[in-house]
Amino acid sequence: MMNLLEESLTWTNFFIFLFWGIVMLLLVLGFVTYAIYFERKVIGWMQLRIGPNRTGPLGLLQSVADVFKLLIKEDTIPRKAERELFILAPIITFIPSFTIIATIPFSDRLFNANLNVGLLFYVALTGLSTIGIILGGWASNNKYALLGGMRSAAQMISYEVPLVISVIGVIMMTGSLNLHAIVDHQAGGFWHWNFIPQILGFIIFVIAGVSELNRTPFDLPEAESELVAGYHVEYSGFRFAFFMLSEYVYVFVIASLTSLIFLGGWHAPFPFLDFIPGLIWFLLKFSLVVFFLFWLRATLPRVRVDQLMGFGWKVLLPLALVNMLLTAIIMTLIS
Amino acid sequence: MLRTEELLLNVGPQHPSTHGVFRVIVKLDGEIIREAIPVMGYLHRGTEKLAEDLSYTQIIPYTDRMDYVSAMTNNYVLVHAVEKMMQLEVPERAEFLRLIVMELQRIASHMVWWGTYLLDIGAMSPFLYAFRDREIIIDLFNELCGARLTYNYMRVGGVKWDAPEGWIDKVRKFVPYMRDKLEEYHNLVSGNEIFLSRIKGIGKYDAETAIAYGLSGANLRCTGVDWDIRKTQPYSLYNRFEFDVPVRTGGDCHDRYLLRMEEVKQSLRILEQAVEQFPAEGETMGKVPRVIRPAEGEVYAAIESPRGEIGCYIISRGKQEPFRLKFRRPSFVNLQILPKLLVGETMTNLITILGGIDIVVGEVDA
Repeated sequence: MMNLLEESLTWTNFFIFLFWGIVMLLLVLGFVTYAIYFERKVIGWMQLRIGPNRTGPLGLLQSVADVFKLLIKEDTIPRKAERELFILAPIITFIPSFTIIATIPFSDRLFNANLNVGLLFYVALTGLSTIGIILGGWASNNKYALLGGMRSAAQMISYEVPLVISVIGVIMMTGSLNLHAIVDHQAGGFWHWNFIPQILGFIIFVIAGVSELNRTPFDLPEAESELVAGYHVEYSGFRFAFFMLSEYVYVFVIASLTSLIFLGGWHAPFPFLDFIPGLIWFLLKFSLVVFFLFWLRATLPRVRVDQLMGFGWKVLLPLALVNMLLTAIIMTLIS
Repeated sequence: MLRTEELLLNVGPQHPSTHGVFRVIVKLDGEIIREAIPVMGYLHRGTEKLAEDLSYTQIIPYTDRMDYVSAMTNNYVLVHAVEKMMQLEVPERAEFLRLIVMELQRIASHMVWWGTYLLDIGAMSPFLYAFRDREIIIDLFNELCGARLTYNYMRVGGVKWDAPEGWIDKVRKFVPYMRDKLEEYHNLVSGNEIFLSRIKGIGKYDAETAIAYGLSGANLRCTGVDWDIRKTQPYSLYNRFEFDVPVRTGGDCHDRYLLRMEEVKQSLRILEQAVEQFPAEGETMGKVPRVIRPAEGEVYAAIESPRGEIGCYIISRGKQEPFRLKFRRPSFVNLQILPKLLVGETMTNLITILGGIDIVVGEVDA
């Protein structure tokens, strides 16, 4: 793959890229299908329920059935909605979320693109998804949707900033924005992993990441008890599925990034466990983070909009800055 | 050109957090509420008017459907008013059964409130935990009178069915179980930082306002007014038992939350004593004339329902049917303070405050 990227674009190369793109898409769709199943099971167990268990063996086909239902549903567009934007919004939300995956390395050999600005690429593209959400909320011509869209805009802007600044510590320690370099820097046992020296950055990253995902306790844009469904209240069928899809793809991305940046990526926690393939370690860490996100959803109530903004600007941002400063001071003292 | 507009938003009648078909029209400036107009009556069934054509026994099932989360106390207020009017004696065993079911109902009702309130605030799990415990109470009621929600259990002069064998033991076993669970819920929820920041200092009012609006129940006691009809005007057998009336002085949603949780604890205390003193034998129906026909006159009887003072006012013209029957419904009265509390709050707090008042739309609209 690496060599192909440097070659000029021919038809053969194009089809190779297309093939791998489709493979990635299927992989992500598979992940989303079973992440939803896993989430429903985990939350079900935490809430004294069984969770899906009727469709297929152990309910494994539940999400498939759900997606199929969404596909064959009538696709309604409100008469007074801004038609073009209404159609465009879910696409704008989904495409960046999927594009980000191209930069994520799953193990030292399994990756799509090894960008030198991988982390920056992520930051730049997540901002685009927000536009889709605001657009969807606004184009629906629905007051609840509008409130949801506005909340989402405010929230994403306030949490993007600490999210970016929290990883600066890691970037300083590594000296690179390249995700491969960041992971390689953490080789040799869990005491080399970034979450120990960068514990503050790690905590900020996780909190801001959950907020980026619009998940409990920061699920204000779609706060069911206040805004009914928030920005996607007027969406149905496959357009709605796109919003949900991009939400889960972001779960995929945030969980991957957390394991790559802070949890050592594909490295084993102890050097003597190196014989186990890196992909397995990555998947383990990844699943752990995903589980953590679902666990939160079953545990916490939702924060209020003004508290959310206050927390983002007054607590997380200064802490992220302090983290950056501390990293700089310690690095100077050591070297 | 830029201009700002007030956003007129219809919250309800179809909305996940208005606890049924209640509707508020809010005028929003951004997310700040400038004016709130509650609209009620979507669940109005004309209980009071219907009652004028029904005999007293026939009215009882209608009371079940008023506050459907706490049907037993509604049953009681009607039969209690008629008994007061006719000065009937109720056998001890029947009165004990009534008291036990009323206190169980109070716990069940508060559990429903607790679960749905947390659901309003965005936590999903407590709802399911609360309903698990309520299920036990509902099973107990089911065993007692064959219904899970609308019991139609009490009669003028007694109760319809005696407790089946072993029922009292089940109640006895329920008390420590529930105590345990309540402790667990406090550990799970009451100290949660997000939860506290959502409810502390929200929906605040003082005792004077509360009394002026005629609030009762936890909505009144959270302002420091020690008023619980079980203590101040004891009915049934409440003066035989030891229990405290929890009172707090903050007047916000947090105090109302803690009060309701404490009330569950006190109800458990009453239950424990009631189960111990439960008479082993006795009638469950007093000496009641075949046709209930109170003499001409008026009566008002009030009891403490989980939501506050529920009262029944009857004017009798000496007939089988009441000439006029009026229920003082605590949900309806407590709701009147809502427009005042909402001004200047955010959309999110609308849900918190509305949930904190604890309404049941069936009772608001009757």
